[in-house]
Order: sequence, then structure tokens, then C-alpha cells
Amino acid sequence: MSSEFSVKTYLRDIRPPFCAGCGAFTVMNTFLRTVNEMGYQDLCKFVFCSGIGCSSWIPSPHFKADTIHVTHGRSIPVATGVKLMRPNLNVVVFGGDGDIVGIGLSHLIHAARRNLDITVVMVNNMIYGMTGGQVAPTTPSKAFTTTTPYGNFERPLDASKLVTTAGACYVARWTTMHIGQLKESFKTAINTKGFAFVEVVSQCPTAFGRRAGFKDAGEMLRWFKANSITLEEANQLSEEELTDKIVVGEFAKKEAPSLTETVYAVLKEAQKE
Amino acid sequence: MLAPGTYFMQGSQALAEAAITAGLRFFAGYPITPASEIAEHLAKELPKRGGIAIQMEDELASIAAIIGASWTGAKAMTATSGPGFSLMQENIGLAFMTETPIVIADMQRAGPSTGQATKCGQGDVMQARWGTHGDYASITLAPNSVQEMFDLTIKAFNLSEKYRTPVVLLSDEIIVHMRESITIPPKNKIEIVNREKPKKGETMFFGGEEVPPMPAVGEGFNVTVTGSTHDEYGIRVTADPVVHRKLVERLVGKIQNNTDKIVEVESYNIGDCKVGIVSFGCTSRAVYEATELANKKGIKTGFIRLKTLWPFPEKQIKALAKTAETIIVPEMNLRQVFLEVKRVAEGAAKVIPLNKVDGGEMITPEEILAKIIRSD
Repeated sequence: MSSEFSVKTYLRDIRPPFCAGCGAFTVMNTFLRTVNEMGYQDLCKFVFCSGIGCSSWIPSPHFKADTIHVTHGRSIPVATGVKLMRPNLNVVVFGGDGDIVGIGLSHLIHAARRNLDITVVMVNNMIYGMTGGQVAPTTPSKAFTTTTPYGNFERPLDASKLVTTAGACYVARWTTMHIGQLKESFKTAINTKGFAFVEVVSQCPTAFGRRAGFKDAGEMLRWFKANSITLEEANQLSEEELTDKIVVGEFAKKEAPSLTETVYAVLKEAQKE
Repeated sequence: MLAPGTYFMQGSQALAEAAITAGLRFFAGYPITPASEIAEHLAKELPKRGGIAIQMEDELASIAAIIGASWTGAKAMTATSGPGFSLMQENIGLAFMTETPIVIADMQRAGPSTGQATKCGQGDVMQARWGTHGDYASITLAPNSVQEMFDLTIKAFNLSEKYRTPVVLLSDEIIVHMRESITIPPKNKIEIVNREKPKKGETMFFGGEEVPPMPAVGEGFNVTVTGSTHDEYGIRVTADPVVHRKLVERLVGKIQNNTDKIVEVESYNIGDCKVGIVSFGCTSRAVYEATELANKKGIKTGFIRLKTLWPFPEKQIKALAKTAETIIVPEMNLRQVFLEVKRVAEGAAKVIPLNKVDGGEMITPEEILAKIIRSD
């Protein structure tokens, strides 16, 4: 690809609403660079679905593509309807942790179980950012948020592990510090025949970082770097030693019949009768 | 699609076959009494015609999936009952806001809550009208026979395509489980409406005209669909009051302004009656006999049967209120259509409710007749 490439090729001329230092910029940029490296000159072979939350605004309305921006938590079932009727399009869901594993969790599990051939990009900033910093299912224990002013008394969910267990064909987790790996994972995810899940641990300096004691986005990124360990390293550690660690890597990479394959096989069979 | 002819079938089958006739390509649903037979019939029949029927994890996913499917250009439907209908309400608002044609079949049962799941009720009239949040205009049709289950299902698809809006087919446990003879007309006698599609190069899919053309994803239109307030091009505008007003007024207006084209009622003797009966769905079946008995007794009685519940047939009810001294509103709920009739009659006639919520026990012709005699 030309060195003069700009992600603006794929973007509408609309100023993104993200705060300075937001990880959504990184995810947007990295995703579009990936698409470019994969040889897509435009996004006409893609449909993007998203729900509610800052990360849902990554594709909608910024991507010059078909974008369907829906209700909180329901992007995956909307994507189900799109993908089943248009199996030749790449259907990609963008959402935050609140959208994907809070209000919309059951859809994520069922999409992985069905092996629906879409890619879900979950931007995990560990907080409800758009609404001002409330505790999320992914917020670390003891973290201060606007609704846990004495510290979070719950445990966070390990989304990538869950989706792996639910049967996804491809699962990877990186942080916004792992651009190269993230790009490779986006590629693998888009090329995966079956359900693909990419979790990006991302900084929200405004609604999470401030209260968690980080002075800016840079400090959060350094924290990501210092606390990230690979799956292989994590396997050597106890659960206690893993507290506060971000386990990164590819959690699943396998082949299995995808939902569109099994559905269309049924249609073929039924039409024989 | 069924060949033209006479068939003996259940309401659920008539509904499902009509949907296929109307061009249904995608069905998503979740099991619930008394609507499950619709999903079962479609699971068997739709794949034979190349369509997809899938059981989702819940009603929220079901309606979300049909919204997604509709944006691929496919006609899409779900079927449920009161509790599931409640779960779908948020996304009915999304479909309304994004102008997504879908059909939601709600087979009413005795509520609230789980209520008596296998028994008939008519308590979702107001849910069909006001169920989602914010300003909303509903199109809701109410069949009263297996034949009409067929006819009005096709009409539901046609209206949803024509006005780019969700349409509710509000039936009930009695009609969906009843078996009757129905006649399937020849294909060329069935009107099928398909959504207007944009021409190449068009960009205004959410305004500019009352019902803008609707592109499908994957056709190169780069359509931006959003449940947020948006301009004519689909671009989110979260703070401009004018954009919001213009959008919401158009969405509500495109239904309200076309009330005369949408509304359908069956009426009898309304120009010359002392007593008028306003009913819908299964209850209206008892009204036929009650009307006949009352007229035999010399009480001039007429009726209006609401095949369209929403938008409310105000003109027709107003006309009835002018001639009739009394209007009786029998329904299997505790006063829902009654409130509308009373509002529209504006005191021109005395409006009397007749309500029964005896866990699926229908209102009998005798009960209606007794009310007619008392009001005489």
C-alpha cells in the first residue's frame, strides 16, 4: 500500500466525538489500517453494526460504509439478521464492554455458540464512559467509579475466556499498546469462517483513568504495557498472581462449521423435498 | 406458497402462509404460548421457499434480528404474545425511528405478567399503541377469523413496506388457535406491496419526502442507520432541536396523515341504529349474533368492527356516535378501546363498557344482548 495512505479514505468528514487520549481513536485507526492492508479499497464489502456507548460510535456514522447503529446491547442480534441474509458481506460489530458483556451479554454467548460468522470488536475500557463513569462488569475490583465510590465490591468478567468457552473460532485480546498484534488479530478475525471476537483493552482517561488515579492517557498506556502478560506466562501464575494483570494473546483459533454454512445447508435440503 | 383454493386450517397456519405469500424471507422468534405454532409452521415451510426461520435466545434478539434482516431488503417478521411483546418494545421504537419495515404478530393472552398463559385476552391494545417510549404512531390490525388472519397479515406486510414502519398484527389466543375454512385467492388477486428502493446515486434515505426510499446494505449506498435523532441523510444530530422535531413529526405524521388510507372497519346498520357496538378480534364474533338477536327484538342495533385498531378509526366512530344513542364496547380487558371510543364520541352518545377478564372466557352474545336491552 502507498505510504501516503490515510485512514480518511474510509471516513466521512465528520469529527469523531471522542475525548482527547481516548483509545477509540487507536481502535478506529488500527482497524482501518488493517482493512487497507488486506487490500480493501473501500468498505463496500462490509456492514458495521453497533449498539450504544462511545465505542459504538467508532463505525457510526464515521465509516464510509453501511452502518447500523441500534439499541443498547442489541448489535449482535441485528448483525445476525444481516449476516444470515447477506452471507457474502463481512459483518463487523463494534461495541464497548457495557454494550457487549453488560446489557448484551447473552447475545454474545449465543452468537459464539451458533458460530455466527461475524467479527465482534469489544473495546474494553472497564467503565461506562458515555454516561460518565459508572461501574461496569469489567471494572477491576476495588476500582473507584461514580457508582462505586467506596471501591468496586464485585469481580470483573473475563470476556475473552467466556467467549472461548462458548465456542468461538477465533478469540484474541490485546490492549491499545499492542498495535501490531491487534492488526494481525483483526486480519485473522475478518478472515475467520465462524465467530471471531477481538477484545481491545482501551484507555478512558476521562471517565475511568481520572478516578482510578491515572493522570493522563499516557500513564494508562504505560500501565497497560507494564501489566500485560502473555497467555503462556499467565498459565504459570496463580489466580492471585493474575490479579491486575491483563492477559493478552490468542485465546482460540480453530475451525468449525459456521452458522451461515449450516443454515444454508438446511435450506438446500429443504428445497429438495 | 399455497395454491389457490379452499383450505381448513388453524389461525397460526393462515398467518404463516399469508406471511410467505406476502414475501416473508426472514423469521426470528422465541417460543411463547399461544404464538409458538407460527414459528413451528414457518420453521418447516419457510426454508422450502428459500427463506430463513431461526429461533433466537429471547424476544429482544428476535426483533433485533428481523430489523437487521429488513435492512438487507428482506421482508421480516416475528411472532409473540404479551410478555414477549413487552420485551420487544424498545426495538419497536428503533424500527419506527429508523423506518424499518417489520411485522410483529402479537397473539394476546390473559395478562398482566405470566397471567393465564393458555387463555385468551385482549389486554395489549394500549401496549400496541403506546408500548415503546417517546412519540410514536402505531399501525395495528386486528383479525377476527382465520380468513382474516390471512388477509390482514398480507395487509400488515403491505402497510409496513408502504410506510416503512413496524406494523403490529394484534390477534389473540382464540383466533390463532381456531380452525376454519379459508379461501386462498389466485396470486394475481392478491395485492403485494414492496418498499420503494432508491435509484443509484440517491443519498437521502431518512427525509425529503413523507416516506423516503429505503436502500439495502451491501448495495453501495453507504447507508447510515441510527436510532439516534438523525438528519435526512441518516447522520446523527444529537443537539439540534429542529432536526429532532422535523424527524419525529414526519414519522408520526406519515401514519396520522394517512389514517383514511390505512383504516379499515366492518360496519353494519350504523346509519340507522339506536345502539351501536364497537368491538374487535375474537369478541366481535359474539357481536354478530347479539346484533341479530337485538334487531329481532326490535332494538335497532348496528356495529363497527375495528379491523384497524391503530391509527384509531375516529371518523367512523364519530359517525356512529351521531346516530346511535348508546355505544357498547365489549372487550376482554378492563377498558382499553372503551377509552378511545369515549374520547372520540365526545359525549354525542352514551358509551358503555362491557368487560370480561375471566381467564379466557369469551364474552357471549347473550351478555352483549343483555347490555343492549338494558341500555334501550
